[in-house]
Amino acid sequence: MGEELRLPIAADVDVVEARQQGRALAAVAGFSSGEQTVIAAAISEIARNILMYAKKGEVILSLVQNGDRQGVSIVATDQGPGIPDVDRAMQYGYSTSHGVGAGLPGAKRLMDEFEVDSVVGRGTTIKMKKWRRAI
Amino acid sequence: MEVPILRQGQYLIASIQSALTDADLSHLREALIAQVGRSRCRGVIVDVTALDVMDSFAVRTLRDIAHMARLRGAETVIVGIQPDVAFAMVQLGLTLKGVATVLDLEEGLAFLDGRTKDRGLDTRPKRPPSNPPRG
Amino acid sequence: MADTKRSVSVSTRTSEAPGGGALSESSAGLLRELVAHLRQNRTQLREEWARRITRAELLTAMTEEEIFAEATAVYDNYVEALETGTFEALQAYSRRLSERIIPRGVETDEVVGIVLLLRDVLARSLFNKYQDNVEKLNRILDSYEPAANRIANTVAVGFVEERERIIRQQQEAIRELSTPVLQVRERLLILPIIGVIDPQRARQLTEQLLRAIRANRAKVVVIDVTGVAAMDSGVANHLVQTVEASRLLGATVIVTGLSPEIAQTLVTIGVDLSEMATVGDLQGGIEEAERLLADRAAIPGPQPGREPGTELTR
Repeated sequence: MGEELRLPIAADVDVVEARQQGRALAAVAGFSSGEQTVIAAAISEIARNILMYAKKGEVILSLVQNGDRQGVSIVATDQGPGIPDVDRAMQYGYSTSHGVGAGLPGAKRLMDEFEVDSVVGRGTTIKMKKWRRAI
Repeated sequence: MEVPILRQGQYLIASIQSALTDADLSHLREALIAQVGRSRCRGVIVDVTALDVMDSFAVRTLRDIAHMARLRGAETVIVGIQPDVAFAMVQLGLTLKGVATVLDLEEGLAFLDGRTKDRGLDTRPKRPPSNPPRG
Repeated sequence: MADTKRSVSVSTRTSEAPGGGALSESSAGLLRELVAHLRQNRTQLREEWARRITRAELLTAMTEEEIFAEATAVYDNYVEALETGTFEALQAYSRRLSERIIPRGVETDEVVGIVLLLRDVLARSLFNKYQDNVEKLNRILDSYEPAANRIANTVAVGFVEERERIIRQQQEAIRELSTPVLQVRERLLILPIIGVIDPQRARQLTEQLLRAIRANRAKVVVIDVTGVAAMDSGVANHLVQTVEASRLLGATVIVTGLSPEIAQTLVTIGVDLSEMATVGDLQGGIEEAERLLADRAAIPGPQPGREPGTELTR
């Protein structure tokens, strides 16, 4: 396993940086170009969520291994207000802004593993993983 | 990052050159709305060929642009969505329903020509050369 | 067999082994003696090995002559690795060997099996030679065991890696060959889908179609699902996504050959069939597509959902 890439999210340029780094990492893990785009999109949504609700936070990218499968792990964490009702937030279509939100449910659809940990008043951590198809 | 907006006949062409932050997208929207409002503009083309990811904010912005332009009597068409980007978009659940999307700039101009003709306007812009200059 | 945990004196190096310098000297010496023994008895040991391979019914995909020929090369490489303590040559050889035998249908367990057999044949031969000197036998086995383990490992891993590489290559080649998207005429593509579609294949088809749309500047795509027996909701969803993604590239999609069962599945997952252009059969779909292309008013419009007549006249 080894190194992780920690990317601060405090401004919208950071969202772009995070998704571009995510794409690069996915390429290293051997994901196809289409899958790289999917991963970049998921990171973009999650990182923007940090910016919108918590104002700042961090995205941590790393390569992961499970037997003979390679994958990427994305952790998005912040010390923001937290999500009061995670289940509701995960319902597809629910969004606090403008109704085009893909946000959490959208990112979940793109990833193989998806976990949300949120405590109101303390912050939110989202862990996602995508695995390359095994041979 | 300022997106160049060209005028071609009665159309405006905004050519996105590289990854845009949310702020850049918002600026683009404002700039387009302003220009559409100022001039006798019949159509707006937004060329997203260079965008490697279209996330919810980008989609929202494009829909806003189309909506605003329509209120001012101009058709909007989005051109150049990449295959991988389109696929990621639909997986994320993002649609551009209500906004015209075509393959490339040439198609975009043909589309606008067709629409403005449909609306019974006599003053059609000159047919563009087969490789219209891009931003 | 000696307990391999007892001492880890990999006698190929002249560094200090536990117990002091004197031991490492004789470790090197022991190893030389061992290798000499294996070389001297090469013919006989090799034959015995080949016999045991046949008895164990391994490498059934190969003839006896072939087995013997390969056995010779493996044996020599084995002894060389023991002697030099370096495994790169063995690794390289293992890959080349794998390249040869994988197409013959040799499986991983067979490769591991024959290497372990060789290890056993050599160990027994050592037993026979040194049975009157248990202490020396133990020391020789201490030299032999770790190296033999590493050799078995190297060969097995080399084989598996080569196998995976070949499989990946084959899959890629199949993907290249099977471009299912057909260009029938300018700006019209047909994608006939046949058989059972798993999620991975579905994803692949979509990617290929979208790339083809771009490459051919297609305006109309006919997706024919006549040949699809059944579709679960996952794949049906996928079909819908494909239609939507194609629209984003400016192509209109006509779906043909929907069986009542598949239509039902689509409705179940919430697809509004009135929004999806469907035609009964492929022929009809192609005709409809040509009509769309010919019709100048069919410059692609916005997707369904757009409210007509919202333009204000200036």
